Amino acid sequence: MTFWLLLTVNSITFGGLLFLLAAGFSLIFGLMRIPNLTHGSLFMLGAYFGATFAGGYLSMTFNFWVAVLIATVLVAAFGTVIERFLLRQLPGQQMAQVLVTLGISFIVADFCLMVWGGDPVRVDTPPSLTGFLRYGPLVFPHYRLAVIAIAVAAALGLWLLLDRTRLGAMIRAGVDDPDMARVVGIRVSQLFTIVFALGAGLAAFAGIIGAPILSVYPGLDQDMLPLALVVVILGGSGSLLGSFVGSIVIGFIYNFGQALLPELSYFVLFLPMLVVLLVRPQGLFGRFVP
Amino acid sequence: MSRKFTRRKFMAAAGAAAATFKFPMPAIAQGAPFKLGLLTVKTGGLAQGGIQMEQGVLTWLKEHGNNMAGRKVEFFSADTGGKPAGTKTKAQELIERDKVDVILGPLAAFELLAIDDYIEQHKTPTLSLAGADDLTQRRPNPYFLRPSACSSQAMHVMGHYAAKEMGKKKAITIDWDFAFGYEQEGGFQAAFEKDGGCVVKKLYTPLGTPDYTPYIAQIAGCDVVCQGFPGGVPLRFLKQYANFGVKFPLVTGETGGDDALLHSFGDEAVGQTSCCPYTLDLKTDGNQRFIKAILKDFKVVPGFYAAGLYVNCDVVEAGLKAASGTTANKEKFMAALKAVDLKDTPRGPIKFDHLGNVVGDFYVRVCEKRSDAPYGLKLWNKTVKTYKDVSQFWTWPEKEFLAHPVYSRDYPPVKKC
Repeated sequence: MTFWLLLTVNSITFGGLLFLLAAGFSLIFGLMRIPNLTHGSLFMLGAYFGATFAGGYLSMTFNFWVAVLIATVLVAAFGTVIERFLLRQLPGQQMAQVLVTLGISFIVADFCLMVWGGDPVRVDTPPSLTGFLRYGPLVFPHYRLAVIAIAVAAALGLWLLLDRTRLGAMIRAGVDDPDMARVVGIRVSQLFTIVFALGAGLAAFAGIIGAPILSVYPGLDQDMLPLALVVVILGGSGSLLGSFVGSIVIGFIYNFGQALLPELSYFVLFLPMLVVLLVRPQGLFGRFVP
Repeated sequence: MSRKFTRRKFMAAAGAAAATFKFPMPAIAQGAPFKLGLLTVKTGGLAQGGIQMEQGVLTWLKEHGNNMAGRKVEFFSADTGGKPAGTKTKAQELIERDKVDVILGPLAAFELLAIDDYIEQHKTPTLSLAGADDLTQRRPNPYFLRPSACSSQAMHVMGHYAAKEMGKKKAITIDWDFAFGYEQEGGFQAAFEKDGGCVVKKLYTPLGTPDYTPYIAQIAGCDVVCQGFPGGVPLRFLKQYANFGVKFPLVTGETGGDDALLHSFGDEAVGQTSCCPYTLDLKTDGNQRFIKAILKDFKVVPGFYAAGLYVNCDVVEAGLKAASGTTANKEKFMAALKAVDLKDTPRGPIKFDHLGNVVGDFYVRVCEKRSDAPYGLKLWNKTVKTYKDVSQFWTWPEKEFLAHPVYSRDYPPVKKC
């Protein structure tokens, strides 16, 4: 019983982390029609920046949450630069844009290796959230519970943004039909920049929030990117609800698959993706067929 | 201007080129440099160990004035990217273009397997710290030498120590789902069960698993856990292990408790017992000299990878000396390398068995918190027992050992107990 409960709570935590990563990926995919292969790198970059500011590599050490904020803003700015100065140069050429994002992911990986070296970087759990909750035989770290709360708060915030604001309405219009959105006077290219920056910031945020659990190491980008891809294909690109449901589903499949069928864990992970692609190519809650 | 390139023009150009480049050659040929090649990984997930490997070689070269057995050394470093296909290409580049005399590396077992036949065809002596037990066991490669340890060597010692000295009875092992993982845990199981213990469960995780909690949740009903993760993974695993309040003591091999990780580990590593063919805690002159040199050159605290390659250089130099500085006869040079018997390398005394695997000392260490730890560390792997002259067959007779299949995912099988 303990085993099942532990796995269940853990699945939700991991799903929450995946949601933070995948939400931005999904929005970018939905709006710009390209899978942003830099997304894993942005996750890793956020984690490294956060670790640097929180770990006191510079002369001053920041509070963990301040470090989270700085890392998020820095990487969002980096995302803006990528969109405005690189992707913008290749309008409408989706294949070229995908290749550019792949190229940037290599550059970022080598940059991180150069700056932080090959050693894994440890990020301490914020002091207020160390320790664990004991409920009978069940042990659960506070920090993992906090990650769930953070993911839910982020989901709510994003939902309000997309569903209740003028900007959100414009983004939704851009996802549904970019040409028509242009016709009615929405500057879709400006939306591209905003969404890309938002997605980059979210990925970095996920990276640093995940760092106390996953630590930061070279190759983290390549470990996380496929998971984001699976979530988005499962949930449907451009849909917030899709990312949310997809993340939780993948969180469960990932945890239970590894625990029950360790030999088949990757197969179990990619199987639902395959089924969805065959039966419902736009994903469970997708707005368009890619 | 005409772009036509006539035969006459070509002859003139070739003659001019020959005149410029060919003539001075004999004048400087009195001592051809010794060409040392390194296959390492400087990009991607395995880069942590790969960069340290290069640092080990560079430290050695600097300390010895770029000179090996009286010959100037020309050093070629190649980045394989940690992928077998890349390893093959780079090995070809080193052997056919750069014409190296010796190859150091590669890092990982699957990389080594990719060039196994190739180095034998070209008779290029290769000294690696990669695992892949069978290269010095059931399918020996005559041009391969392993001065570090085969995958199961340290784990044999650890299995024995866990059963005999720690008095443990039931173990669960957890490792990556690849050859190095199987061979490590197979070695642990064989030695642990030989001394009366019992492995009740073996867990294998996919390479590059970010979160180990689904596996940690399955750890119960044992009194010791053996992990053998490579690279930076132990850091993550130990933290997640501690976060879930799991209290079973941890034991591990050379990668899981590597000294190079000490500065990154937190308190959760305290109490972990590891067995390694190299330890910072070894107070011999050879080791202290090495640590001082690498600290000066790179400001890094060395671990198993850097020390391993430094020892490789020691072996190459000794072999070259014994072969009177010439590698012209490759069989002779290889025989000289195999006969090397050194007393004071950073890892202590080493020699080789007839299959080319090291016979040397293995150190069982316990990780402890120490306020006076040197090199700015907070944790220290303190040696609690040294096993002298450990062979790859542990205490089994060679014949009996080689009659078993190589350690794999299913061998030895998990028995009921």
